[in-house]
Amino acid sequence: MSAVLLEARGIGKRFGGVQALKDVSLTIKSGEIYGLIGPNGAGKTTLFNVFTGLYPRDDGEVLFGGSPLHLESPHEVAAAGIARTFQNIRLFGNMTARENVMVGRHVRTRAGVVGAMLRTRAERTEETAIRRRADELLHYVGIADRADDLARHLSYGDQRRLEIARALATEPKLLALDEPAAGMNATETAGLRDLIEGLRRDGLTVLLIEHDVKLVLGLCDRVAVLDYGQKIAEDVPEAVRANPKVIEAYLGTSAH
Amino acid sequence: MGMLKDMGHREKIGLALITVALMALPFVLASAGTAWVRIMNFAVLFVLLSLGLNIVVGFAGLLDLGYVAFYAVGAYVYALLASPHFGLHLPFWVILPIGAAVACVAGVILGAPTLRLRGDYLAIVTLGFGEIVRIFMNNLSNPINITNGPKGINRIDSFQIGPVNFAGSDTLAGLVFSGPIKYYYFLMLVLLAVIVINRRLQDSRIGRAWVAIREDEVAAKASGINTRNIKLLAFAMGASFGGIAGGMFAAMQTFVSPESFVLNESIMILAMVVLGGMGNIWGVIAGAVLLSFVPELLRYTVEPVQMALFGKMLVDPEVLRMLVFGLALVLTMRFRPAGLWPETRHRRELSENRA
Repeated sequence: MSAVLLEARGIGKRFGGVQALKDVSLTIKSGEIYGLIGPNGAGKTTLFNVFTGLYPRDDGEVLFGGSPLHLESPHEVAAAGIARTFQNIRLFGNMTARENVMVGRHVRTRAGVVGAMLRTRAERTEETAIRRRADELLHYVGIADRADDLARHLSYGDQRRLEIARALATEPKLLALDEPAAGMNATETAGLRDLIEGLRRDGLTVLLIEHDVKLVLGLCDRVAVLDYGQKIAEDVPEAVRANPKVIEAYLGTSAH
Repeated sequence: MGMLKDMGHREKIGLALITVALMALPFVLASAGTAWVRIMNFAVLFVLLSLGLNIVVGFAGLLDLGYVAFYAVGAYVYALLASPHFGLHLPFWVILPIGAAVACVAGVILGAPTLRLRGDYLAIVTLGFGEIVRIFMNNLSNPINITNGPKGINRIDSFQIGPVNFAGSDTLAGLVFSGPIKYYYFLMLVLLAVIVINRRLQDSRIGRAWVAIREDEVAAKASGINTRNIKLLAFAMGASFGGIAGGMFAAMQTFVSPESFVLNESIMILAMVVLGGMGNIWGVIAGAVLLSFVPELLRYTVEPVQMALFGKMLVDPEVLRMLVFGLALVLTMRFRPAGLWPETRHRRELSENRA
């Protein structure tokens, strides 16, 4: 059994009177692909935003690699090793694909204003390394030929890939993908699936929110199901599929 | 500089021609009257200010309507440290860095409480900040007289490098170097440094972080950028440039008063950045030169033209200035919303410079 990478304990989040998350606990193990599914509005993205520090949580804590995450500042979460993509792609539209990935290197590099103004040797060396790594990652996700195009000019599928490359540039231990297959056609989804499997082979842990049930059940080692902000199941895909609570959440209570 | 190495033959010749033209320019202008050299100097000063503001507005996307406050801080620092007001007469190369540092601190003071604000809200707060600084300058004459209030500070020292004083004329090799011409050359040196610094910042880790925040702050945060610090850095850098420009302004004018730092000036500088093309250094320079020269051209041509045509003054040049100004902005926003010379992503330079 591999080590626990992320452990969430009793996460709670309210928006005004709405309890978006209630006492959600889950554990993600190192090296696995962990799926998070649930009907619309179940709180999947909210949980994501809590994990990555974009929403302040009301209750609970998250341990990452054994130590508590400082969830108040997203950049520290990124530094700790969690990277994410967004459901509604959020790229830096007026920057080139390469520059987008280079931004992802920010958290692992250190050149400051003075180094940049004087263009010191250290700054130039670092800058070259950032560039090289960005090009490698663009190649890795399969869009090396679009490196010099503005992010907003990329096709939808390529934008998804670019977002993953940018996230990978932060050298994450856990990559959190928020509905990466949303809006993709069958070919693009198949390509994405290969990409995610490649990530696992390369030792990355992946947290995946997805609506495409076939994709989730085919890819994931374990799946958690959220409904109305609560976890109703957490198991291997086959067991989750057979779980009556899950069926009820997706299809509604059966008529008697 | 890596830029020079990578240039083609023709570009090098072009650069040499531009350099010669800029070197000769003040003498050409002086033949039309020293006033034109002064006008040119102020245009360069505005270019410096616009480039400073461009870091905040163009790169980081933070709408700052109180930028003139930093100009004022720089000017007053110079005025207080090099005038009979306190009896201090420090050399300019000591004061300009101090002015930049004080303005930088002012930038952080403005930046810190506004970090959560964007767009309109940020604009309103910065606008208020600009006014607060001006009102301070106006009222810090009681009970201790620091700024001399609305009367301002006069008899400010000019620059002095060794035996050369920038207030008077010197003759060298048959050429008369008047005060404004000396300032012109100094301003050009500063401008060159500021352009190089701007370009380097733009293509750096910090510059990318600024643009990332402008493009999508949430994504920037999630990508590991400490948006608070990086935004503060933009305010601080922009303010420092403003502070340096302010110091030079004080020396050139030998007089400062709060009147020079009204809201209108902030708006003017912002207009230069927007009209020229936010984020693009060359566009910003073009915008600043255009907006500083056109009003002066009007001032000198409108009156004679009207006298010749109608025999009397029908429209005051000042009125016409605002009219042309407003029209220019409206037309730009209608036909070239990204500015006259917008930021074309520097794709080619990047791959050539840093391959």
